[in-house]
Amino acid sequence: MREGIRYREFKNLAFRILVILVVTISVAPLIAILVYIFKQGISVINWGFLVHLPKPVGETGGGILNAVIGSFLIIAVAALIAIPVGVTVGVYFSEQSKTGIFRTAHLAVDILQGIPSIVIGIIIYVWFVKPFGKFSALSGSIALALMMLPSIIKSTEETLKLVPLSLKEASLALGVPYYKTIISVIIPAGLSGILNGIILGIARVSGETAPLLFTAFGNPFVNFNILKPTASLPLIIFNYATSPYDEWHKLAWGASFILVVVILVLNILTKIAEKKWKVQF
Amino acid sequence: MAHVSSGTYLKKLHLKEFVFHKTLTLSALLIIVLLLGIFLTLLVSSFPSIKALGVKFIYNKVWDPVTDEYGALPFMTGTLMTSALAIVISTPFAIGIGLFLGEYYPRGWISGIIKNAIELLAGIPSVILGFWGMFTIVPIIRTIEMKLGVTPYGVGILTASIILSIMIIPFSASLIRLVISMVPLHLKEAAYSLGATRFEVIRYVIIPYVKSGLSAGILLALGRALGETMAVTMLIGNTQIIPKGLFSTGNTMASVIANEFTEATGNLYFSALIEIGLVLFVVTTIINMIGVRIIKRFES
Repeated sequence: MREGIRYREFKNLAFRILVILVVTISVAPLIAILVYIFKQGISVINWGFLVHLPKPVGETGGGILNAVIGSFLIIAVAALIAIPVGVTVGVYFSEQSKTGIFRTAHLAVDILQGIPSIVIGIIIYVWFVKPFGKFSALSGSIALALMMLPSIIKSTEETLKLVPLSLKEASLALGVPYYKTIISVIIPAGLSGILNGIILGIARVSGETAPLLFTAFGNPFVNFNILKPTASLPLIIFNYATSPYDEWHKLAWGASFILVVVILVLNILTKIAEKKWKVQF
Repeated sequence: MAHVSSGTYLKKLHLKEFVFHKTLTLSALLIIVLLLGIFLTLLVSSFPSIKALGVKFIYNKVWDPVTDEYGALPFMTGTLMTSALAIVISTPFAIGIGLFLGEYYPRGWISGIIKNAIELLAGIPSVILGFWGMFTIVPIIRTIEMKLGVTPYGVGILTASIILSIMIIPFSASLIRLVISMVPLHLKEAAYSLGATRFEVIRYVIIPYVKSGLSAGILLALGRALGETMAVTMLIGNTQIIPKGLFSTGNTMASVIANEFTEATGNLYFSALIEIGLVLFVVTTIINMIGVRIIKRFES
């Protein structure tokens, strides 16, 4: 170190300032995005926006009821599919971490997590849309369920691994059968972590658009039949945003606002779940 | 009598245990089968295109459904350009955030705020980022293009890359923070006790130590950037030519699928789009596997 101490200290300070500057700049887009969405969205949002259907181009007003209900339906069905499978796989991972199946399946989950969402869309199209010849909410749900799985599996596995062995041993020593020990002792002990993973998974897929493009497709009307094409918030944001009409842009801003608020609330919920019911042994 | 009933009870119990074990194992097998199914489906569905187009698919510059000619080179170039550019733009920021949260302010309210903000940014859907980009980034780029005298599309490679970099910053930053926080304290303390400044500790101890972890973080971010669809589709201009520069419009592999999949009527057309999906799947999987492997080795 032949440099003078003053110079070295100056470099130290300069670097610190640089790091702080860089962090400030990277937070800037987030603030810009949130402010923009809230400003554009709040002027559109009212009760009518939530309970009306979109109107044709040229007419003012209209809402996004079909998309709100559609999104809810698609995500609810996706969760119904993904939760049982995800939790079961998670339990297997935490219980049998030495088998060959474990290693292969674990790798499979890692790969599944990295598959681009558009590819998931293609797969579900080939599996469920093409054979039946029609788009449906159910196919969209299956696509989203596939994307939710890794997050549920991983959180279940990691939480259950934290549950102390003594708890399991105590239960087994009392003569409780193994399956009952898992279902009524181990899983309840790790419930908060599992719930956290589920909420996180839902938050993550609620804004997914690409897998719904060729599965749920969209629908200008309210639809409760999971075998029919169904609208969803991300899809109408995409369709209206890329349209040339100002009126439709407004609808898209309103939908963006609602979607961001929902995701925000889900994120806060996971934070609360993390803090309040964290597994502590 | 008691003996008999306890026997049936045990039998029932054994059956239940058996079913439980099998269910667990089957669920894990299901995941493996699912993944194999995904790969095989892509392979089988793109077979007509593989057979008809062969290797030419990769280097053919023309993508024209009208003449039934399909070459993926323009989209591969588009994907490569946008992803590489996004990595170049995002990496300094990701390292900055990693150092800020992993080294300078590992705890306290300020790091809490930054951490939550970054997580929030990661949670904003791609489609909304694209929408926002259409109204904020596009006009800015258009102004720059007019000043530079190029055709002011506004949309194009650079616009898509900027949004893409915003999307991957949270991802690579959290990985980089993780590896930086794993640098052993005694190494840092040794450097400090020799009189090193914090900058020197970062420069000569932390960065060399986390080099492999850093590259894994960047690699995983690349894997994510390659497959990003919605925001890129909205901002890249969707043209079937090989992009010539930063301001040129183009298409990525993901965006061409998003745009044309539902319109693909011909058998070969449909199959060629799925082959693009297959390439995307294979490339992202390889990149992710390498990244995960490096991170795992780093952790142990």
